[in-house]
Amino acid sequence: MSTAIPDPADGRTVTEQEIADIVAPDREIAVSVGEPLVVLDELTVTFGGLTALDHVSFEIRRGEILGLIGPNGAGKTTCFNAMTGVYKPSHGTVTMEGASLVGKKKHAITRAGVARTFQNIRLFGDMTALENVVVGLDARHRTSVPGAIFRTPRHVREERESIERGMALLEFVGIAGEATSPSRSLSYGSQRRLEIARALATEPKLLCLDEPAAGFNPAEKEELMTLIRQIRDDGYTVLLIEHDMKLVMGVTDRIVVLEFGRKIAEGAPKQIQEDPAVIAAYLGVEDDDDGVA
Amino acid sequence: MGINPEGPPMGGAEAAQLDADELAETKGSRLDKLRGRWRALPRWQQWLVLSIVALVVFFLPVINPPIITTEPGTDFPLACFDMARFALVALGLNVVVGQAGLLDLGYIGFFAVGSYVAALWTSSDSTYVHIPFLWTLPLAMVVTVFFGVLLGIPTLRLRGDYLAIVTLGFGEIIRLLASIVPALRGNVGFQNVGAPPGTHDGKQIFDNSHGTPWYMMTVAIIIVVMLLLGNLERSRVGRAWVAIREDEDAAETMGVPTFKFKLWAFGTGAAIGGLSGAIFAGQVGFVNNQKFDVATSMLFLAAVVLGGSGNKFGAVIGGAIVSYIPNRFIEIANYKYLIFGVVLIVLMIFRPQGLLPARNHLLAAIGRIRQWTGTASGQPEAAAATDAGRITLRKEEDQ
Repeated sequence: MSTAIPDPADGRTVTEQEIADIVAPDREIAVSVGEPLVVLDELTVTFGGLTALDHVSFEIRRGEILGLIGPNGAGKTTCFNAMTGVYKPSHGTVTMEGASLVGKKKHAITRAGVARTFQNIRLFGDMTALENVVVGLDARHRTSVPGAIFRTPRHVREERESIERGMALLEFVGIAGEATSPSRSLSYGSQRRLEIARALATEPKLLCLDEPAAGFNPAEKEELMTLIRQIRDDGYTVLLIEHDMKLVMGVTDRIVVLEFGRKIAEGAPKQIQEDPAVIAAYLGVEDDDDGVA
Repeated sequence: MGINPEGPPMGGAEAAQLDADELAETKGSRLDKLRGRWRALPRWQQWLVLSIVALVVFFLPVINPPIITTEPGTDFPLACFDMARFALVALGLNVVVGQAGLLDLGYIGFFAVGSYVAALWTSSDSTYVHIPFLWTLPLAMVVTVFFGVLLGIPTLRLRGDYLAIVTLGFGEIIRLLASIVPALRGNVGFQNVGAPPGTHDGKQIFDNSHGTPWYMMTVAIIIVVMLLLGNLERSRVGRAWVAIREDEDAAETMGVPTFKFKLWAFGTGAAIGGLSGAIFAGQVGFVNNQKFDVATSMLFLAAVVLGGSGNKFGAVIGGAIVSYIPNRFIEIANYKYLIFGVVLIVLMIFRPQGLLPARNHLLAAIGRIRQWTGTASGQPEAAAATDAGRITLRKEEDQ
């Protein structure tokens, strides 16, 4: 069986480069690593009297994998939510390539180039895996009701591209074989991977992963680390929240440590491991963390 | 692979979809099995069957089948028209409730607006400019969309129960406005609402007492509406609606402008409700404030839930059943709300998804997906499972 499109079923290997080209045709590989992509400045989030994030400033540099760690309740997910428009910061700014993200609607932030996964998986359970991914791809599509009703050429083209890119993304995260299964019936690991594929589908500049390895066994974590590196190598910037220190130390380029809503350290994994404040706050209570991850 | 790789290009177009379902619900009922077999059919066979069904449905009042007929209790062609009218309403409400998951308890309001548009611009009692009846159909749609958007902009920020309460209020407001506003003539109403043109043997074809032409026109409209809604379903719009229904926050985070698409759902539903209202006004020939109560709104909702929320075929069948039962068994017509109440409770216990459950068929080119995943046509049962295994195996060999 031979088809015009690169077909995983025809026995020919689809090279990772080919898949990457379909997954992210507009990615910016050439851009130099190190230039700031997203800058958080004095970001503060309060809930009533509780200050969940207290004047946190750091930058996410283009092409890096930045780890965001800290004990439970340190404000990691709050930081995510403030960046992606779920919470409104009471003070401070989040800018992406100079443009402010604060006050924008969630879908507008996604279109601006920040995609995320959820700590507790939130897929569209009744949809198939492929349809889930295509919802993400739709973020870049322009067809609306009139175009869809009358099946305009643009609509038809977008639909066709959606399916090709959607399948390529599923192939990329390794669950192409389950494309037509309802996402509800996928295994836990596949669901986590599907969430990543769906987030990548929105063509983000920054991919935020909220504890993607939660509930994984060591072998699965190893695969996930490989996948995260591949994502970075494809030209995405990754912000990673993770409890598992081995994974964080193994995959990230830089790490920001939060405790009680404040930033207590920032630097390369080696530096962080030796930072006394971090050891006191976080690594010293490793046993507890393993229990709750 | 290799059993039938060169199978008909679009053959078993929906087979891929089926595999997943079959695997998910292995203990499906007889109805589900029938559904499975249906989906395994090649696309052209499905169209053939559908065409025959459509043809039979189209000439139903002429055929007037013995046991099914509602006579002598109710004139069968008129009963058929009533079924078609309900089916069209259910089709519109299904977009709002079934697809986008927005509970609308005041849908009768849009139906009423459509009826009044037809009355105001065609009735001899109206002082407005008179236009041909058929022109009022698009006009009714435009006006109801306007009302839908008017209602939607402030209320679609609400969720779940709160939205239901506000829409319930909207339905009542429209009914009360019809009573209070002098121009809408309250209980007196409008006589001689217009009808489509045409005479046969010197008699008007679209006469109030002739159900058949009205029925056929409505069925034709239903078919067109279903085709267009099908296009919407298999597009970014349909996917956005289902995504909103499943998890609104996640949808928003994935770049779906949820407010915009909720408004589109409301507007689309409103347009179809208005269309049905205008046709209804034309057939009955009389519009006053008595036919737009909350109970009818609930009946519309019951039709959608009964047929299968989220499935347009289900909605049509549900609408037809809800209208048919009281006309067929006229002795129990007075108890219809009681009976529907009991039926819905029983249904919720034994088949909460409705007669025909929602089918998420949100991508058009299933054939292409099958090429990718390598799902063999003709053997839908096990295909997905073996395919999944094969692809991963192959990948490992390659690496």
